[in-house]
Amino acid sequence: MAVSPARLRKRRRLLLTVGGVVVLGIAAALVLNAFRDSVVFFYSPSEVQARLDDPSLKLADRRFRLGGLVAEDSVVTLDDGVTTEFTVTDGAGEIRVRFTGMLPALFREGQGVVAEGRLEGANLFIAEDVLAKHDENYMPPEVAEALKKSGHWEGPEAAQ
Amino acid sequence: MTWRAFLPIGVFLVLAVALFVGLGRNASIVPSALVGKPVPTFALPALDDQTRGFTSADLKGNGLSLVNVFASWCAPCRAEHPQLMALGQRDDVTLYAINYKDDPAKARAFLDKLGDPFAAIGADPTGRVSIDWGVYGVPETYIVNARGEIIYKHVGPIMPQDLEAKIVPLLDGAGS
Amino acid sequence: MIAEIGHYALVLALALALLLATLPMIGAARNDTLLMAAARPLAVGLAAFVLLAFGCLTTLYVVSDFSVVNVASNSHSAKPLLYKISGVWGNHEGSLVLWVFILALFGASVALLGGNLPARFRARVLSVQAMIALGFLLFTLLTSNPFLRLDPVPANGAGLNPLLQDPGLAFHPPFLYLGYVGFSVAFSFAVAALIEGRVDPAWARWVRPWTLAAWIALTFGIALGSWWAYYELGWGGWWFWDPVENASFMPWLAGTALLHSAIVVEKRDTLKSWTILLAILTFSLSLLGTFIVRSGVITSVHAFASDPARGVFILAFLVLVVGGSLALYAVRAPMLRPGGLFQPVSREGALVVNNVLLAVATGTVLLGTLYPLIEDVVSGQKGSVGPPYYALTFVPLMIPLIVAMGIGPLLKWKRDELGAVLRRVWLAFVLALGVAVVVAYLQDGGPVMALVGVALGVWLIIASLVKWAEQVRLTDGLAGLGRRIRRLRGGVWGMVLAHLGLGVAVLGMTASTAWEEAVLQVMAPGETVSVGGYDFTFEGVTPLPGPNYTAVTGRFLVSRAGRPFAVLDPETRYYAEPPMTTTEAAIRPTLWGDLYAVVGEEARTGGWAVRIYFKPLQHWIWWGAAIMGFGGLLSLFDRRWRVGVAARARARESETIGVPAT
Repeated sequence: MAVSPARLRKRRRLLLTVGGVVVLGIAAALVLNAFRDSVVFFYSPSEVQARLDDPSLKLADRRFRLGGLVAEDSVVTLDDGVTTEFTVTDGAGEIRVRFTGMLPALFREGQGVVAEGRLEGANLFIAEDVLAKHDENYMPPEVAEALKKSGHWEGPEAAQ
Repeated sequence: MTWRAFLPIGVFLVLAVALFVGLGRNASIVPSALVGKPVPTFALPALDDQTRGFTSADLKGNGLSLVNVFASWCAPCRAEHPQLMALGQRDDVTLYAINYKDDPAKARAFLDKLGDPFAAIGADPTGRVSIDWGVYGVPETYIVNARGEIIYKHVGPIMPQDLEAKIVPLLDGAGS
Repeated sequence: MIAEIGHYALVLALALALLLATLPMIGAARNDTLLMAAARPLAVGLAAFVLLAFGCLTTLYVVSDFSVVNVASNSHSAKPLLYKISGVWGNHEGSLVLWVFILALFGASVALLGGNLPARFRARVLSVQAMIALGFLLFTLLTSNPFLRLDPVPANGAGLNPLLQDPGLAFHPPFLYLGYVGFSVAFSFAVAALIEGRVDPAWARWVRPWTLAAWIALTFGIALGSWWAYYELGWGGWWFWDPVENASFMPWLAGTALLHSAIVVEKRDTLKSWTILLAILTFSLSLLGTFIVRSGVITSVHAFASDPARGVFILAFLVLVVGGSLALYAVRAPMLRPGGLFQPVSREGALVVNNVLLAVATGTVLLGTLYPLIEDVVSGQKGSVGPPYYALTFVPLMIPLIVAMGIGPLLKWKRDELGAVLRRVWLAFVLALGVAVVVAYLQDGGPVMALVGVALGVWLIIASLVKWAEQVRLTDGLAGLGRRIRRLRGGVWGMVLAHLGLGVAVLGMTASTAWEEAVLQVMAPGETVSVGGYDFTFEGVTPLPGPNYTAVTGRFLVSRAGRPFAVLDPETRYYAEPPMTTTEAAIRPTLWGDLYAVVGEEARTGGWAVRIYFKPLQHWIWWGAAIMGFGGLLSLFDRRWRVGVAARARARESETIGVPAT
């Protein structure tokens, strides 16, 4: 196994290059694939209503985030005790949301909320996850971050 | 083969441009669904007997108005108050306030200490009217034209630089 | 008065940083020993003044001086002392002071402990370190001064946020910053080496302990943060892939890669250019993290609604530091001579695999973090990627990494034979497969990825133990075994424990995600529900007044096979100012899993909505992280780094034939 240093060096460089390209290629494929499947867009109720029939968005059959305020007096617990319905409004439009599960601690009427899930028909949104948006007091990022975690809150997009 | 050594900085510069564009965008977004629309119809009772109630009628046909949503428990509200006091000096705009989910006595103490530039202060203890305005949190400030349409929404405290860069030019422009 | 002293101390620190950033650098270029010698006292002085400023700010918080804006908006006289102190860094301005303080502390440590560094090199390192401090001090003084006064003085502060009053959160930022900022030392060493135009094993030997110290702090910091989220949050999540978490995770990944590639530089004098690049990138990612958190580009639009100047400042600084260092790299890196040769199957080869995978994984996290920004710029849409994205990108990259982690440490330097090495880890292979099969049988199959995770965890633990057994020559018999164990080097202990700890954590992550049992229902007092083999009997709810909140406490009696096992008392608290509800989950960790109970709203139909979880192996995640950090500590105290024989040898050589470079 006597290999000259020059050949070894060349071989090593080739190996590094090929290895790097292969890993990068796989990673790029993974990333592209993941972006296609797991990107979740954010819409407000009025946007959803305005663009429901927009064929490029396919709102009817894709998972997205719905954000707005929980309308006052709209929260109703169904008979099973753990399913809740409420109305999300952005002042210009509203959509009814149904969620089975325990709402985050910061969820309250009149508060910001982000629900992730799918539409069922034009006016009912079945949420798989509800994030309360605690933003009553505009605050520094650390605090917002802490609140976000505690309340399972989601911030940036929801400020629309 | 030195070009490879320049690869990292190339990638970084692209990233930096993207970050800069992102920074610019974020500073300018936060539009409200209500900007350009008439103010919601509402009638709020007076905070206490030192002021009067605040209704949607106040905002129509009375020149430019500025509506500030505040609470005494909100620290940024305290920070922006000097700027509101400065705006209160202007003759071409009337300041109104919605006191959001607050104890009237504490709100009054807040104003006694920092000054009261408001022509009327409506109390919104449940936050119900604030929802109609699309309020996400406090402080928020709206500028309403003489026709009663919302022309601008400011999210978060109005800092001195916001006053110069956004509010004052807007008021100057809308007034002329 | 105290505020003015603090402010003044910051200004003086700025002046010292300016001197330190320039004089020794000029001295190094002109061969002026006097200017170079100024570096050490200046670095210590800089740290002293920043410490003074930090001390002033802390004092202001402790005495609740509400005439200072920062204190008034972030503290409250009724806070316990601990949270008054942690309030110092619980806000933007104060956290910057802590940032600069830690940075200056690291600089002073290099000055004081770096006696074995060549004077020219040390002068350059300290200068680069001071340039970073200069930027952050300017940022603090120009846009985020924590010592501004407030007039009129409010009667009390506004910062009584109950959620922030938690020990986990109080100590989370200092650890994170120790890690973030600690990587600045590796950065300064890298830039100084680029200026000198040489990197050799002695360089790696100096850099490794500093990088390791930062890595340990960051490991603990990240673990602490996720532990806090798990306890405080009320639904049992422990990692969210949100931008702020990613901001700390990316430097950790890159720093881990750096730790490993520096080993190759030290032992084999090769991969030099790549290691320098990693050192620059690791700290750049720390700065980027700071930018992301501070600027609000991604986390929150409101963060900078008050002052966009901050975002622009940090970005400009980022461009200067990262762009400058990368430009220097582009010019100087090709000058670094390639070093020792190795075959693909060798210790170096395995470490290269480690580095490539870690670097690419860091890249996927970076892409995911910046995705909302990219989408916004490209299409104007508001999109985001969540855990599913990372499950599809990051996780698959970790599988080959963990497989390689089991084999790599057993390989010889330069050249080895894969077959022979695989035969040495047959036990790990068989056990990994065996445990996975048993788990699959017990769980009736289960998700494939979860079984893979179990197999990988077991594989890594056993393979690490095999390495340990070989090192102490376990098969040589018990005679003298104790002595052989005691004499095992700290570095080996560290490597074995860090790898083993990751295996433990992987088992915890896998099991708690895949086999969590959850019940969500309305329970009336007296009802019993069975979760994870435990019977939870709901006793009902009692009101409980607190100091500044009202609460209700639920009570569950937990029994196992008819025997009482535990009592869980979850709470829900209602605060008035600001109006807020918090959930205090009741958690009982056991070796095999956590019992986790939350009580929610009272149901209209009577009874209360409750959530009960059994989370198998949940705490293994944090035990694993603790083992990793502990391994790092053992390695940090490895006696070879204190001896520093090679370092002194190079120091002499460098003094005599040092290459003058500008």
